[in-house]
Amino acid sequence: MVNRRYFLRSAGVAAATGAFILGACTDHDIQGDQTVDLGSGDVGILNYAYALEQLEAAFYTQVMMTPYAGMSAEEKMILTDIRDHEIVHRQFFKAALGGAAIKGLTPNFSSINFSDRASVLGAAKLFEDTGVQAYNGAGKLIVSADYLLLAGKIVSVEARHASAIRDLLMPNTGSFAGDDVLVSIMGFGGFDGAVPPSVILPAVQPFVMDKISGANLPS
Amino acid sequence: MNIFNIIDSFQKFDGDAVGRLEHASRRMFMNRIGSKLAAAAIPVAFGTIVNKAFGATPTATDVLNYALTLEYLENEFYMIGNGTSGLIKTEYAPVFTQIGKHEKAHVDFLVAALAASAVKKPTFDFPAVFPTVFTDFATFVTVSKALEDTGVRAYKGQAGNLITSKPLLEYALQIHSVEARHASIARRILGKISGDATIKGWISNDTGFPAAVYAGEGNVVQGTLNLPGVAGLEAISFTNITEAFDEPLTMDEVLKIAGPFIKAM
Repeated sequence: MVNRRYFLRSAGVAAATGAFILGACTDHDIQGDQTVDLGSGDVGILNYAYALEQLEAAFYTQVMMTPYAGMSAEEKMILTDIRDHEIVHRQFFKAALGGAAIKGLTPNFSSINFSDRASVLGAAKLFEDTGVQAYNGAGKLIVSADYLLLAGKIVSVEARHASAIRDLLMPNTGSFAGDDVLVSIMGFGGFDGAVPPSVILPAVQPFVMDKISGANLPS
Repeated sequence: MNIFNIIDSFQKFDGDAVGRLEHASRRMFMNRIGSKLAAAAIPVAFGTIVNKAFGATPTATDVLNYALTLEYLENEFYMIGNGTSGLIKTEYAPVFTQIGKHEKAHVDFLVAALAASAVKKPTFDFPAVFPTVFTDFATFVTVSKALEDTGVRAYKGQAGNLITSKPLLEYALQIHSVEARHASIARRILGKISGDATIKGWISNDTGFPAAVYAGEGNVVQGTLNLPGVAGLEAISFTNITEAFDEPLTMDEVLKIAGPFIKAM
C-alpha cells in the first residue's frame, strides 16, 4: 500500500487519497499477475508515455494539494503550471489511446516528503529529467511521423520544466542544463540523454504500485 | 537556415536563378577561394528562390546543415554577448556562459558529423536587426529567448525528416531538448528583468516578441483531438493547454526569422 506517513502530516490529506486512483480501470491489459503490459509498436510507446505522464501528473497534483511550508509565489506558479501541463499530457494520451490505453496507475510516493521543499523539488527534478531522457530515447522507436512529432511537442515542454525546477534549486547557475545531467556524444558535450524504456522503467518502477512491463515494446 | 543546400536544390528547379546566384553556389562555398565572393546580393535573390527549393524533401545532410547554420547563429550571438563587458548582469553570467558552451559544442559536433559536407559559417549582423542587442541587457535577453524558442521549433520541425535516420534523429532530439532548457531560463530571466510575470518558462498562447517566432503556438488541436473538449481537462485553462505543447516551424518559417541576421554567406 501507499505509505501515507507524509500525507498525514498535513491537514486535509484524507481527501487526497482518492486522487491516487488516476483514471477508470480497464482490465483487458492486466495479466493474471496484475502486471500492466504497455503493449507493442507505436501504441506501446504511447502507453509508455501515458504511464510516465500519469506519474508526473499525480506527483504535482499531490504537491499542490499539500504544498510544503514556505512555497514562494514563483514556486507556486511554476508547480501549478507544471501540474496542469502534466494533466493535459495525461488526458491527451488517455483520449488518444482510447480502448488501447493502460489502466490508471497507482503511484507510490512513499519516498517523497511532500512537506519538505528539497524532497519535493528533488523529486520534480528527477521526474522531469527522466521524462526528457525517456522521450528522447523513445523517439527512434516510433514508426509514425505524426506520433514522433507529438512526442517532440511534449518533450520540449518537459525540458522547459526541468530547466525551471533545476533553477529553483540552484538559481542563476548552469544547473538548468547542468553538466551533471547532460551527456557527451563523440566527445562533444551539451546533449540531453536518450534513454531506452528498458532502463527508464526499472528506474520509475519504485514510484508505481502496479508492476509495469515493457517487455513487448520495440527496442 | 539552410542557405547552402537550398541553393543546391533550387538549381534543380530554376535555371535562371542559377545565373543570378552563381557566386553563391555550394561548390563555391566548399571551395575556400570562392567564399570571398559571397556577396551581399545573395540574400536579396535568396528569398525569391527559397520557396521553390523548399518543395523538395530535404536529405539528412540538408537537415544537419540547416541545424548547423542555426547553431552558428546562436554560437556567435553568445560569443559576442558573453564577451561584451558590462552587457550581461553579473548574476546571470553563469547562465549565459553555460548556454554559450552548449551552442559551441553543438556547432563543433555538427561540423565533425558533417565533415566535408558541413556548410561554412555565414557572416551575421545582429545589431542590423536589433541595434541595442549588445548594449542593452533586456534586448540581449529578448533576442536570446527568441533564438532559443526558434531553435526548439526548428529542430522539432525536422524530426520527421530524420525518421529513417535513427541515430541522427536521436542526436537531434538530444539537442532539441537542451535548446528547450535554454529557452526556459532565457524566458524566465526576461520575465524577471522586465517585470512581466506573463513571460514564463513555457510559451503561453502565441504571445511573444518577435511575433513570427510564436505564430501557431496557440494551437490546441493535437492529433485529432481538440484538447479543450477532452475529458479531464475541464478545469485546465486554455492558456495552460497551449503551454503544454510546443509547436514546430518549417524551414521557410525559420528562414523568415533567422534570415535578417545573415549579412552574407
